[in-house]
Amino acid sequence: MEEILEILQEMHPDVDFEKEQHLIDDRIIDSLDIVTLISEIDDRLDVTIPAEEIIPENFNSVKALSELVRRLDEE
Amino acid sequence: MIFTSFPFVCFLVCALLGYYIVPKKIQWCFLLTASYVFYTIADPRFLIFILTTTVTVWFTSIKIEKINIEQKAYIKEHKAELSKAEKQAYKDKMKSRRWKWLLLGLLFNMGILSVTKYTNFVLKNIHGIFSDASSFKPVNLIIPLGISFYTFQSLGYIIDVYRGKSEAQHNFFKFALFVSFFPQLAQGPISRYGDLAPTLFAEHRFEHKNFSYGLMRIMWGYFKKVVIADRIITAVTTLVGGSEYTGTYVFCAMFFYAFELYCDFTGGIDITIGIAEAMGIKVTENFNLPYFSKNIKEYWNRWHITMGSWFTDYIFYPISVCGPMLKLSKWSRKHLPAGIGKRVTVYFSCFVVWLATGIWHGAAWNFIVWGLTNYVVIMVSQELEPLYAKFHNRFGFKGKAPYEFFQIMRTVFLMSAIRMFDCYRNVGLTFKMMWSMITDFSFSAFTDGSLMKIGLTASDYMILLVGFAVVLGVSIIKLKKGSVRDGLYARSSLCFYNVMAVLLVVTLVYGAYGVGYDSSQFIYTQF
Repeated sequence: MEEILEILQEMHPDVDFEKEQHLIDDRIIDSLDIVTLISEIDDRLDVTIPAEEIIPENFNSVKALSELVRRLDEE
Repeated sequence: MIFTSFPFVCFLVCALLGYYIVPKKIQWCFLLTASYVFYTIADPRFLIFILTTTVTVWFTSIKIEKINIEQKAYIKEHKAELSKAEKQAYKDKMKSRRWKWLLLGLLFNMGILSVTKYTNFVLKNIHGIFSDASSFKPVNLIIPLGISFYTFQSLGYIIDVYRGKSEAQHNFFKFALFVSFFPQLAQGPISRYGDLAPTLFAEHRFEHKNFSYGLMRIMWGYFKKVVIADRIITAVTTLVGGSEYTGTYVFCAMFFYAFELYCDFTGGIDITIGIAEAMGIKVTENFNLPYFSKNIKEYWNRWHITMGSWFTDYIFYPISVCGPMLKLSKWSRKHLPAGIGKRVTVYFSCFVVWLATGIWHGAAWNFIVWGLTNYVVIMVSQELEPLYAKFHNRFGFKGKAPYEFFQIMRTVFLMSAIRMFDCYRNVGLTFKMMWSMITDFSFSAFTDGSLMKIGLTASDYMILLVGFAVVLGVSIIKLKKGSVRDGLYARSSLCFYNVMAVLLVVTLVYGAYGVGYDSSQFIYTQF
C-alpha cells in the first residue's frame, strides 16, 4: 500500500490519495494515468495488472488498488 | 428511411403503438421484428451482413462461456487434488481455448467491416503507387447501414463475455435484438450489453412520464437536426464546394460546420435516446455538453462518449498493459530520460487508438490525419500540463471565470479547426484553407453582404441565431441546474406540454424543408 501511495503521489503531488475514494468516478486520475500507474506497479512490484481488471472498482481508491495487487500477487 | 423522413415518422408511430399494444411478454419480439423491418426497408441486402455478425458473435460467446463453466466445474471438483501450479496450468490452458474463440469472432467480424469499408481505400492507394490515383475505378461494394456501430457493439459484447464481465445471452433472438435495436442502428450510441440488456428485454407498462420525457427528447432532437443542422448545411456545402471561398469564408465554414455537426449528431442521438425512453428502455448517453470542455482531453470525455470508452476499454488498455508493452516500458525507463521513459507506453497506445479512431470515421486520409492531429494536440497538452500548472499558480488564474471562459473558447476553436479535415475531406485542401484563413482574413466580408450569397437568407440567419441561443441557453441551464425536462415537469405538466408543442410547431414551420423535401442524411450514419 505504501509503495502504491508513493507512485500515485509522484504522479499527482497535489492530491490526497489517502482520503480519496472515487479516483475514477471523480476523474482525479484518467486513462493515461492508469496506464502509467500499471507500468510503475509492474516495474516496482513485479505485479502485472491485466486489462480485464481495469475497472473503476479496482482503481477508485488506494485501498482497492492495493487489494487488487495483493490478489494478483497471490495468484 | 432516415429519422427525419416522413416514412420513418409513420414507422415510429406504429412501432410505439404496437410496443404497448402487444402482450408485455412479447414486447422484445415485437421490437426485434420492427428492427428487422427497419433494416430491410433500408436495403434488404444489408440483412446478410447483420445476420452473419449476429450468428458468429452469438455462437462464439456461447462457446467462450461454456469453457468458463467447464473450468469452474473442473476446479471445484478437483480442488483438493490440484496443486497451485497444476491449477494455474489448467487455467492457462482454458484461457488459451477461450482466447482462440474470441480471436476467431473478432477477426471474422473485423474482416467483414474492413472488406466492406476499406477495400476501395486500400486498392486506391495501391493503384496510386503504380499509376495516377485519379484513374482508379472503385469496386462496387455494399456498405451496410451502421456496420461500424453494430460491429463494435457486438465485439464489445464478446470481449465482455471473455473477460467475465457479461454473461452470454443464450437466447439467439434476444441477442439479435441487442445487435439490431433500430433506434441506435444508424448512428449509435455503441451500447454495452450490461447497460442496455436489462431494460431492452424487460416488460414495460405504459408510463406517462417516461413516454412524455421520450417525446420531448425526440422533439428536441428533431429541432436541432431539421431547424438548425439541415439549414446550415446549405452554407457549409457552398463554402466547402468552391475554391473561391477562402479567407473569412473558411473561418465561417469552420464554425458553421462545427455547429452543424453538433446539432446533427447530438440531435440524432436525442431522437435515438428519446425513442428508447418512450419505450422505457435506457440507452447510454453519448454526450455531456462537449463544448463546455476546458481542454481537448476533456472534450473527448464528453463527445461521442460510447465510442471513446469503447476504444479505451478494448484497444487502449489491452495494448498498454500487454507483455511486450510492459517490457518496452521497463526498457525505456532504464535507457531514456525519466520523464519520457515512463510515458513511452502511453505515447504508443494513444497513437494506435487515435489512428484507429481516424480510420473508424472513414476510409480516407483526411480522417487519418484528423485522428493523428487530435493525438498530437492531446499529447502536447499532456506534456505541457506541469507548465500550465506553474502558470496558473503564478498568476492565480485557476478557477477564475474569465480564464475558464477563455479555456472553453480555446477548445471550441481548436476542435473546430481540427474538424476542418473532416469538413474539407482533403488533407492538402484543408491545410491550404487553414493558411488562407490566416492570410486572407478580412472583416469586410461580414459587412459587405458576401455572407448573404452562400445559400442563406436574412431569415435563415435569424433562425440560426435564435436556434444557437436556444441550444446554448438549454446547455447552460443543464450545466447549472441539471435536467431541463425535470425542471419543466416539476413546474407543471402544462408548462412541459406547452414547450413540447412549441418545439413541434417550430420544427414543422421553421424546419429546412424545400420543394420535394428530402432531408439530408445524418453525418454520422456514413461512419
